[in-house]
Amino acid sequence: MKAGVVVFPGSNCDHDVYHVLKHVLGQDATFLWHQDDSLQGCELVVLPGGFAYGDYLRAGALAALSPVMGAVKRHAEAGGLVLGICNGFQVLLEAALIPGAMRRNQNLRFLCRDVHLSTERADLPFTWKLRQGEVLRLPIAHGEGNYEDSPARLDALEANGQVVFRYCTPEGARADGDPQWNPNGAARGIAGVCNLGGNVLGMMPHPERASEAILGNSDGLALLASAVEAGSRSLLRAGAAR
Amino acid sequence: MTVLQQEPAVSAETARSIGLNEEEFERLRTILGRDPNWTELGITSALWSEHCSYKSSKIYLREFPTEGPHVLQGPGENAGVVDVGHGWVAVFKMESHNHPSFIEPYQGSMTGVGGILRDIFTMGARPIAAMDALRFGEIDAPRMRTLIDGVVRGVGDYGNCFGVPTVGGETGFHRCYNGNILVNAFALGVARRDRIFHARASGAGNPVLYVGSRTGRDGIHGATMASESFDKESEQKRPTVQVGDPFTEKILLEACLEAMRTGAIVAIQDMGAAGLTSSTFEMAGRGGTGLRLDLDHVPLRQPGLTPYEMMLSESQERMVLVARKGREEELEKVFRRWGLEVANIGEITDTGRAVLVWHGETAADIPIGPLTAEAPVYQRPVAEPSDLAARWRAPEVPQPEDLRGTLERLLATPDFASKAWITSQYDHTVRTNTVQGPGGDAAVVLLKGTPSGLAMTCDVNPVYCSLDPRRGGAQAVAEAVRNLACVGADPVGLTDCLNFGNPERPEISWQFREAVRGISEACLALGVPVISGNVSFYNETEGTSIYPTPAIAAVGVIASLSGLPEAAFQRAGDRIVLLGEDRSEFGGSAYLRLLYDLEQGRPPVVDLAAEARLADLLRSLVAKGYLRTAHDLSDGGFLIALAEACLGRRLGARVEVPLVGADLFSESQGRAIVACSPAALDRVLREAEELGVAAREIGEVGGEALEVRTAGERFVAPIAALHEVWSTALPRALGL
Repeated sequence: MKAGVVVFPGSNCDHDVYHVLKHVLGQDATFLWHQDDSLQGCELVVLPGGFAYGDYLRAGALAALSPVMGAVKRHAEAGGLVLGICNGFQVLLEAALIPGAMRRNQNLRFLCRDVHLSTERADLPFTWKLRQGEVLRLPIAHGEGNYEDSPARLDALEANGQVVFRYCTPEGARADGDPQWNPNGAARGIAGVCNLGGNVLGMMPHPERASEAILGNSDGLALLASAVEAGSRSLLRAGAAR
Repeated sequence: MTVLQQEPAVSAETARSIGLNEEEFERLRTILGRDPNWTELGITSALWSEHCSYKSSKIYLREFPTEGPHVLQGPGENAGVVDVGHGWVAVFKMESHNHPSFIEPYQGSMTGVGGILRDIFTMGARPIAAMDALRFGEIDAPRMRTLIDGVVRGVGDYGNCFGVPTVGGETGFHRCYNGNILVNAFALGVARRDRIFHARASGAGNPVLYVGSRTGRDGIHGATMASESFDKESEQKRPTVQVGDPFTEKILLEACLEAMRTGAIVAIQDMGAAGLTSSTFEMAGRGGTGLRLDLDHVPLRQPGLTPYEMMLSESQERMVLVARKGREEELEKVFRRWGLEVANIGEITDTGRAVLVWHGETAADIPIGPLTAEAPVYQRPVAEPSDLAARWRAPEVPQPEDLRGTLERLLATPDFASKAWITSQYDHTVRTNTVQGPGGDAAVVLLKGTPSGLAMTCDVNPVYCSLDPRRGGAQAVAEAVRNLACVGADPVGLTDCLNFGNPERPEISWQFREAVRGISEACLALGVPVISGNVSFYNETEGTSIYPTPAIAAVGVIASLSGLPEAAFQRAGDRIVLLGEDRSEFGGSAYLRLLYDLEQGRPPVVDLAAEARLADLLRSLVAKGYLRTAHDLSDGGFLIALAEACLGRRLGARVEVPLVGADLFSESQGRAIVACSPAALDRVLREAEELGVAAREIGEVGGEALEVRTAGERFVAPIAALHEVWSTALPRALGL
């Protein structure tokens, strides 16, 4: 199994994800250039955080049109694993691989801090090492993480089990309207969303920044380890049956 | 008539209008042996501006100790370089962007961060940490909320997009900055020891390549503007402020680091202040070469720029490099892959002259050496202020009526309030190196792939410096070293940003001379060389100068990161030890300034030998893993430091101290609070005794309140209440 980290111009968490995959998890990993339309046989593709094309038009809008995204779409349609983190999540939304859209954070400011997430789906290739309801503490760092969609589509998202992570209190209680716990005002506290097949996940918090004890937090490691092992064991459709 | 022939006539008067005085104009005429043309005059005005030439500060800066066992590159390059072990070097520097940030806070602070980041990766190092030292005026002063908001957004947007963690810094407020805020940006990068690049041109015939953004009309004469004071017309200087594009800078970083790996680059320099002029002249000047520039090939944002404008534009995100002849294509391929424009704009020559050709005409032809190496150097008149004795008269110190209330009032001032509103707008975890981010004594980042870490801190007390610049300068260095020691770091070097008023005023030159002396003395005593830095003069508005503000950013190495203490208390039951001695010192103290509006008296004594002993002790205790908490005492004194240690993790403490009343806020130097497990207590006390540092066990961590007993008093403050005051004060003051 091989993991690929896409490099868009302006990606700035590409090295971070690569580091955790390669050096912490010992996974064969490679960088994928935005202008190539091949994934070089990678089973797991990560769209990293950063500011692809400076986010100058709309976060993720230009990156979604990159040649590599054609290959990512084909990979996703075939059931391959795609993980979008932060800016990568925004790219997935713009590429319509995941429903919904991002607005600027409710307080209109960039926010870098730790948040708590409740695990709403522990049966996905990305989350099978977590427990249902498990609370993770992960860092966020974004200006546009305020997830939004129409009420009907949000209802459908919930009914389909596509909400994977929700901002919560340290005890795991929902606190959708409380900026202390839901930092950006995301609708229904949604922090991570998957596609219907469960093989594409977008999330605002950064698991790769919480994957080493020396950094004081390794809550994110189980998520990346889940994805790596799922990729290896071809558990690709683990959540799809739901 | 050609365009060049239509340019303004050159005279002593036009020279003055762009910042060259009569003497300097004559000097230029002597060097050229003729009258300069308009382009040559503009180039000289930029190169000889205070900002680029350091003409008023040079004679003093020579006093700095610049050598040390770790120093590979001292001042004079884009940034200093120190060896940090395991085959790695750290490259760092701090720079001011005060004037632009006051005129246009968002773009001013953006380009300040952008400029310092380029200085670092120009040397071949990848930036892995940034800090910002900000000084604002009173929050209620005109425009101040806009300035604070703009600066914080600018620092954040640039670093966040670029992908460098802003791990620390300092934010202060004082009315002396009401008309002239300070924005000092620090960046640190790492590189393999044998992969450092220099900005030293060589090899006649080697092509000069231009990479990055196109040249526009922004920032023309920015360097000259930064060398003048503010007045009512300053608002009109907005066009001299550059516009930042962090996305292009990020691309430029990746492309440059990749291009450097080809081995086809001889020299490289970013275009910062005075743009194409300073970058090309400095590279050629350092290498003793000449150069020919073909200005028709400079990529332009709009047609019609004259040579004068091209040479003086400060458009951002541009680099100039000297390539090995015949290998241009290899480099061009790398830059084009990253979507960057590359242009061959000339070549290195052996004439020692800069010849600029445009539209088939010679736009300028000037000798490089005399213009760079022989720039004017001034020994400005120096005068000690006449009221020094009055300023140093010991202040009357009112006793606090209510200790808890006094503590809460101090914690509610912007000076002591939590700065989380600011630091949460900066990405401080990108690059996954941040071991300790903002809020501690020093920030700590991993040196990836090694057991070591790098620590950095940023310090200065402008009130001390205004009362006694020499002592204030020494104190800034001592505090920086103390902060590093609190995380067990051995200092390897420092960079400074010396922010002062108009050096043509004798009292300002005196402040500068004294501050440099104080810094030098402390550097020598504490074994920290100055490896890079920046001087910002003319920080005054309508004749009112800022306080002397020599910001010090020091960097240290932590051999092993295991068992690193924090500035906050971590575990109930830990024993608290106070290190150092109080001398009841209130000169320039926060207590008198914030509560009684009194800035009076000589600042606290800086006993450098005692500071060295304390730093040795702290480093030794940290290295042995004895400490869970180490926090230095600085402005606000003991009680503020103790409260800060409680607030970090909202953990209470019970202490009994021999300090009485106001002495809880005395600012005697050379002190720190540490906490350790009960089992380690004896060893901590014994080692302090051996190293000659006064140490006293004062209490224990735990509970939900801060409880303090002194000789005659006792107070209890619930941590939740203190936290509420401390954490909401800044947003509240900003009206958010």
